[in-house]
Formats: sequence, C-alpha cells, structure tokens
Amino acid sequence: MRFHPNNAIRSWGRVGNRQHQVARPRFAEDIRQWNANDPSPRLAVGNRRSYSDVCLCDGGQLVDMTGLNRFHSFDTESGVLVAEAGVTIDALLKTFVPMGFFVPVTPGTRFVTLGGAVANDVHGKNHHRVGTFGRHVRSLVLERSDEGSLRIGPRRRLDLFAATVGGLGLTGIISEIEIKLQPIPSSQLEVETLPCANLAELCQALAAGDADFEHNVAWIDCTATGASLGRGLITRGNWIDSGTHEAHRERGKTVPTDRFGPLLNSLTLRLFNSAYYANGCIKAGRSVSHYDPFLYPLDSLREWNRLYGRDGFYQYQCVIPEATGSEPIRDLLAQISAAGEGSFLAVLKRFGDVPSPGLLSFPMPGLTLALDFRNRGQATLDLLARLDAIVASAGGRLYAAKDQRMSREMVVRGYPKLGQFAAHVDPACQSEFWKKVHP
Amino acid sequence: MTKVLVLGALSDIAEATCRLYAKNGASLTLVARNKARLDSVAADLRVRGAKEVHVHAGDLAKLDAEKSVDAWAAELNGLDVVLLAYGLLGEQRELERDLKGAAALIDTNFRSAALWSLAVANRLEAAKHGTLVVIGSVAGDRGRQSNYLYGATKAGLGVLVQGIAHRLAPSGARAVLVKPGFVDTAMTAHIEKKGALWSSPEKIAALVRKAADRGKPIVYAPGYWWAIMSVIKSVPAAIFHRTKL
Repeated sequence: MRFHPNNAIRSWGRVGNRQHQVARPRFAEDIRQWNANDPSPRLAVGNRRSYSDVCLCDGGQLVDMTGLNRFHSFDTESGVLVAEAGVTIDALLKTFVPMGFFVPVTPGTRFVTLGGAVANDVHGKNHHRVGTFGRHVRSLVLERSDEGSLRIGPRRRLDLFAATVGGLGLTGIISEIEIKLQPIPSSQLEVETLPCANLAELCQALAAGDADFEHNVAWIDCTATGASLGRGLITRGNWIDSGTHEAHRERGKTVPTDRFGPLLNSLTLRLFNSAYYANGCIKAGRSVSHYDPFLYPLDSLREWNRLYGRDGFYQYQCVIPEATGSEPIRDLLAQISAAGEGSFLAVLKRFGDVPSPGLLSFPMPGLTLALDFRNRGQATLDLLARLDAIVASAGGRLYAAKDQRMSREMVVRGYPKLGQFAAHVDPACQSEFWKKVHP
Repeated sequence: MTKVLVLGALSDIAEATCRLYAKNGASLTLVARNKARLDSVAADLRVRGAKEVHVHAGDLAKLDAEKSVDAWAAELNGLDVVLLAYGLLGEQRELERDLKGAAALIDTNFRSAALWSLAVANRLEAAKHGTLVVIGSVAGDRGRQSNYLYGATKAGLGVLVQGIAHRLAPSGARAVLVKPGFVDTAMTAHIEKKGALWSSPEKIAALVRKAADRGKPIVYAPGYWWAIMSVIKSVPAAIFHRTKL
C-alpha cells in the first residue's frame, strides 16, 4: 500500500487545511499486508461526508476505503448482504432497490460508505422505529494493527463490537460488513407535509406521528421569532404497497465554486426560511414521492457545502433527553434566531427508545436538532458555546460526526462510556477528534 | 446474454466495465494474475447480476494465447466482447536508466498485448462476430519527454488495433481502441492535483461499453481528448521542445 501526500483533504464542513498521506487500497489484502508492519498514526476514512474532525488526521496517514467497494454475497431470501466497507449507500441502492431491498437505516445523504455508517452509528428519519445503523449490523471484519483481522459482532467479541459501532474509526479499520437489508414493497412513499405554526405544535405533531409513520422528521424555520418561534413543516411518510422498484438516477447540479459565500447572510437566510415555510403551507397534504427527493433532498445539489463560502461552516447537532422536554430546544432556537445565524435546512427529529448499540453512539431518546452555521470566526464559536451551555445543562450531548469544535469537556459530559471505549482503541489509530479527547 | 472475456480484469477500468455488463446479466470470464482478488471481483459481479463468472489466474505473458482464447471462448459458448485492459505506466526517468525495466514494460504493454490481440482477432474473424476492445492512451498520440516509453507502447498497440479493425471489417467482427486521457485509478494515485480533465474509471467504463456496441475504431475517452490531442499534435517542435509536457 503506497501513501501519497495530499493537502487538499477537508471534512465536509471545509474548515481549515490539513496535511495527510493518503493511500487508496482496492483489496483488504493490501491493508492486511501493510497493517502489521507500519505503526504510523492512521485513520480509515470513507467518503468523508462527516462534517467534523472525526475524518481527519493532520500529519498522519489516511486510508481511503472507497476502493473496497465490492459486494461479497447476498441472500435474496433473508436480505442479508455481505459487502466491503467502502461500498456507498448510493451504490448499494442502485443494485438492491431493483431487487426490492433498501438499507434499514440511512442518513440524509446516500454518499456515505457502509464503513462510515457503522463508525458514526448513523441514524435516519425512521430512528423511532428501528434505531441506529449499528442495530442492523450482524457482523463486521476489523483490521487491527495488533491483533490482525477479526470478525466481530453482537455475538462475537461484543465488547469490541460495541466500541467499533459509533467508534469513529478508532478501534481498527473496518473492512467488511454483514447487514440485513429491509424489503420494500415499492420504491415510492406516500409523504405528508404538515405545517406547524410554532414549536409546541411542531413537537406535539412529531410525537403524534411516530406511531403511524415509518419516516418522521421536521424542517424548522430557525429564523422565526416570538410567537412563531420554532414553526416548521413536518414531513412524514410510509412506503406504498404497490408500484415499481426503481432505483434513483444521477441527477442535479454541482455548486461550481465557494465564492458565493457572501450571498449567504441574515437577510437571505430569513427570506429563504420564510419562503420555504410559505411554500410548505401551500403544498401541505399528501403526495407520492420517490425515495430519492424524500430521503436525500440535498444530494441533488452536489458539493453544496461550497455554498457557505471559502471559510466553510460548522454543523451543530445536539440531542436533548426526553425527560427535559422541549424547553431547551426553545432556548436554543431563541439564541440562534437572535444571532441572525443558522441555515437553510434546520432539522428537528424525535429519537425513539430503541437502544443504540455503540459505546459512543449519539442517539438517545429525546429531541435532536441539527443545523449549519457559516464560519464567521469567533462570533460563530461564541454562539455555539452558548448553545453548548444549554445542551449541557439539559443533560444532552453533541454528535461527534457533525461538530468539529466540540470541546473535550462536552465529549466527557455527553459520553459516560468514554473510559470503557478508550480501552478498545487500536494503538495505531488516531484522528483529530481523538487527539483532542485523549491527548 | 452478452459473453465477455476480460484480459487484465483487476484494473480499475476493467472492473468498472465488468460491473456494467454484470448488471445486464452477462456471462464473463476474467483473467489476471491474483486468484484471491479475481474471486473477490467475481463474487461481486455475481451479486450484481452476472449470469456466470469464470476466473483464470495466470500470467498473460506466459500463457499460450491461441489455446487459451479458444478454451475461454468454449467456456462462454462464444465471445461477444473481449476487453484487453492491462498495462504498466512506469517511471519514465527510471526506465531511461534501467533498460531491463524498459524491456519489461514494452513486453507487457506491447508484445504481450499485441499477441493476445492477434489471437483474439483470429478467433473473432473465424466466428464473424464479436468486438475486441483495447485500452490505449492519449499518451500514444505524441511522444513527450515525461512518458514517451509508455506512450510508444500504446502508440504501437494502437496501430496494431487499427490494422485489426481494418482486417476484420469485411467479416462483421470489430476492433476498437479506446484512448482515455487522465483517469483517477491506482495507476495515477501518486498525482495529487486532479482537476477538471480527470475522469473516473466508471465514466471510462461507460464509454468502453458504448464503443464495444458500436462506433468508430478509435475512440477518445471522453471525446474532448480528441480536440486536446489535435492541438498538442499540431504544436511545432520548436515550440513544443520548450515545454515540460
């Protein structure tokens, strides 16, 4: 395996520059031969859709896993797929939707690898039904620098498996994943859009919809204030029983440059959010939609992260525990709208009570809020610190995959099993996140 | 269903092309050196929908081309497409001083590839059916100080395939030379700055597949490389020699 210098690699948030040595193996055999003989700090990365420092290793080696993109086997009866870790959900769907199967859990972009989905224990709009991605992993192969190649799972080395699911790539290099796919009756969903005039209505409707809808999420107008604070649109849906099994196609445009950053400001944000809400009110009701625009609305705009300009942006995602209610969400939104910051697409979702399998898994029962902030330097960091204080006092936590500037303290407070996790870290694995948490 | 023989099946472009055929239920025979890797690629192609996949691990420089092509054609019960997709890039500066290494590169890229092309041509001509697709390179269009040895082997192979296309024309069989420009593969992983002119192996694979179905005997991939190479070929030596291309 040969590493080549690359100074262009950034996480999805595009904040800061790093120097990496990058190798792109095409077979697990390449990794196995190299792994035992090279103790240099390294991190395996997938399609680098994480916004934060969990997919960076400044000064170290990155093992780009996207070359391991083969399916090993598929059982059409049980839906069990064995695939290499670099397979993207995008590629998986193109092959398996026509056969009537879908990933059991998907994040809001299909451009993530299966390895990345495990390492961040991602969740989707159906979390209230099926929990996180890791819940559906039956086994995986981990390449350890000290122990070699291991197959682990819920029944084999459970301790190491629990550390690896949501383990941010630190417990070794995930090379293969065995996962049970979900049979789908068609590739379309019946989708309902439901406008809610304020936060209380929105939270109530979200909670009420969980029983009847497999997918249930809210877009929230993060610029609204006063009586309208927290207004938004619920979109919820179920797969429809009849119809074709048609995979998505390549579509959409690419944002050509990051020089439009100045176009994004308090005024345009407010205009966009108001228009989006108004449009949602007009379009309220039920319609049939292919899974692609419903589950992956942003994937039609390639490289959309360039919209935030040359300095990049921060994504912020927190979860507020069920017991604390929606009051902390109100406080967060009040801070955000007062600052005139926020994003085009802020998202609110209720996590269900299906336990997350990983020691560092993010989801827990409660409300999760996710939104972007353009990087305006200290002003942005100050705002996010104020949000941190609200999340911390509510007993909530932040999502490492999203938050580049999450402090060590927030990690320690939010993740009580951190000490247990640290014991399973591969001695050769390193990331910027881990350097910060475990200096 | 389409019957495809792939020589050098572990290259990025070859594997990406195989996936396109597999999706449509093709039968494939894959040949390359590493058995374990071939098995892994074959398993993937089966999941993607290939009707059958055979693998043969071996060194193409040592196998008997005529006998092997006949055996593989029999195994597939005929040949619709034969893709020849192997080659070495080599380090020009080093090879100028290491003539044994230069000979090895010429043997692989030209000698071996030419003999396999001839063996396949004989078979397709007799069957009056099928297309030989050979991966060439735009580097074969003009000798440049940075990679003329590689370029020369691809140029030689290109003329050979062009001749085979001419020869096969009356029979109904075809031969096509596909000339990719910059492709982001294991062969070019060391080049850091990858700009707008770079293509993915998947993009090239789609063009290879199209070229196998119909069209001219020489195909630039993507097509804009024809324009770029026309300009590069027409620059007078007096000017060209001042560049570091």
